[in-house]
Amino acid sequence: MWVLLIEIAIILVKIGVVVGIMFFLIAYLSLAERRVSAFIQDRLGPNRVGYFGLLQPLADGAKFFFKEDIIPRHVHKVLYVMAPMIILVPALLAFAVIPFGNTTTIFGRPIQFQIADINVGLLFIFAMATLDVYGLLIGGWASNNKYSLIGGLRGSAQLISYEVGLGLSIVGIFMICGTLRLNGIVEFQTAALAGFLPAWIPRWNIFLQPLAFVLFAIASLAETNRIPFDLPEAEAEIVAGYHTEYSSFKFMMFPMSEYANMITWSALAVVLFFGGWHLPGVEHLPLPEFIRGMVYFAIFWGKTAFFLFCYLWVRWTYPRLRYDQLMKLGWVFLIPVGLLNTMVTGIVILLLQG
Amino acid sequence: METALFILFSAVAIISCLLVILKKNPLISALFLVLTFICFAGFYVLLQAQFVAVLQLIIYAGAIMVLFLFVIMLLDLGVKQARIFNLFFQKSLGVIFALGFCLFLVSHFGRRLIPGRKGDLPAAVVEAAGNSETFAMVLFTDYLLPFEIISILLLAAVIGAVVLTRKKL
Repeated sequence: MWVLLIEIAIILVKIGVVVGIMFFLIAYLSLAERRVSAFIQDRLGPNRVGYFGLLQPLADGAKFFFKEDIIPRHVHKVLYVMAPMIILVPALLAFAVIPFGNTTTIFGRPIQFQIADINVGLLFIFAMATLDVYGLLIGGWASNNKYSLIGGLRGSAQLISYEVGLGLSIVGIFMICGTLRLNGIVEFQTAALAGFLPAWIPRWNIFLQPLAFVLFAIASLAETNRIPFDLPEAEAEIVAGYHTEYSSFKFMMFPMSEYANMITWSALAVVLFFGGWHLPGVEHLPLPEFIRGMVYFAIFWGKTAFFLFCYLWVRWTYPRLRYDQLMKLGWVFLIPVGLLNTMVTGIVILLLQG
Repeated sequence: METALFILFSAVAIISCLLVILKKNPLISALFLVLTFICFAGFYVLLQAQFVAVLQLIIYAGAIMVLFLFVIMLLDLGVKQARIFNLFFQKSLGVIFALGFCLFLVSHFGRRLIPGRKGDLPAAVVEAAGNSETFAMVLFTDYLLPFEIISILLLAAVIGAVVLTRKKL
């Protein structure tokens, strides 16, 4: 009885930590986006509210709370209110299976820094990405507005096209690591790369599957509706796409879910290709167990922060893709190259085993 | 715990199934069908088939139903207008037959368990080997021919879609 309660308490604490970090990161990503965009465009960005503008997200949050929350008369009320919720839930849920640290022993219990270690972890994240499409579709349709509908349909077509490419790009990783469990993939990458190389070069999947990483990067940019793939919410073209008719808090949930997706896919890129929480020298350092757990935690979030910075960087580096170019990239480039990657990986595995 | 989850999933699945046919707006019906599929994924998890559960979410709830929603949105099937026919006779006959069918099911299966087919992959083997491994093992050895035939079927569907939508040259 007590054991069950303690287990549930541990899971609740982990959920609290993850949700807290997610919301904190979502808030400060909006600030980071504005500052990074500003520096790329040779200007400063918000730096008035608090030192270096660090209190800006609080000001933005307060602004959104106090804005008038309008429900227009011509929308389908139930679906209009539910669409932001539908898009936010899978975006947050997907983080439940990502390991953000090692299995550390705290107060005598081995605690895994992962909320749910399911044996089809990677596919679970894909399922959540697939369910994200509904928020777009319903948001676009419920707004009862031509431009929202076009934005919603475009957005969902883009998402489902790039999902296939995304799936194909990581089939090579399944084949090499032999498991779908994200913990298993991270543990696979802790070994050394090859006998003839120095032992501190780990067996990260970026060295074994560089093409897959390129495909994954492109496809995850499209999955999160970031520029250069943000035609569904393109300003100056279809006003604001599927979230035109939304105001204040309901509107805020759409960018929130976009940032949550960004965080999840950055974390996934780290876990799949860059060794997750692992860094070659750390297991040899003489550290107490708890400090080592915290070091792994910090390493994971450091790597994720770097990829988030790359997402923000790409935004102002490339122009937006036109819709037919976008579809062509997804179907004509990503899928055949993904298949090619799978084939080559399979052949190499067979040759190395035989 | 599992019984409680099973009752929860069953209740939501049955209610959303009923709402699929009772709602007048086809988009809302399609959304309730999505909810039904999500409950089915829950059932698969309760049966220790996590791989199938996640595939159900990705393929059924995620791709097929999105296609349904696309078609409904693009064809602009509105809410049904005023009823032209008063279908009271047909509906009452339908309700009587549906109740009779339910009674038949309950009387036949209600009091004893339905024996499933026992194969050579009991739950213990699947758990030891892992869901996707056993799935792949069986799919590419025993069921290889149906797998290839289904892929040819999908190819025919894709070719059909391309032919129907291309412009006349």
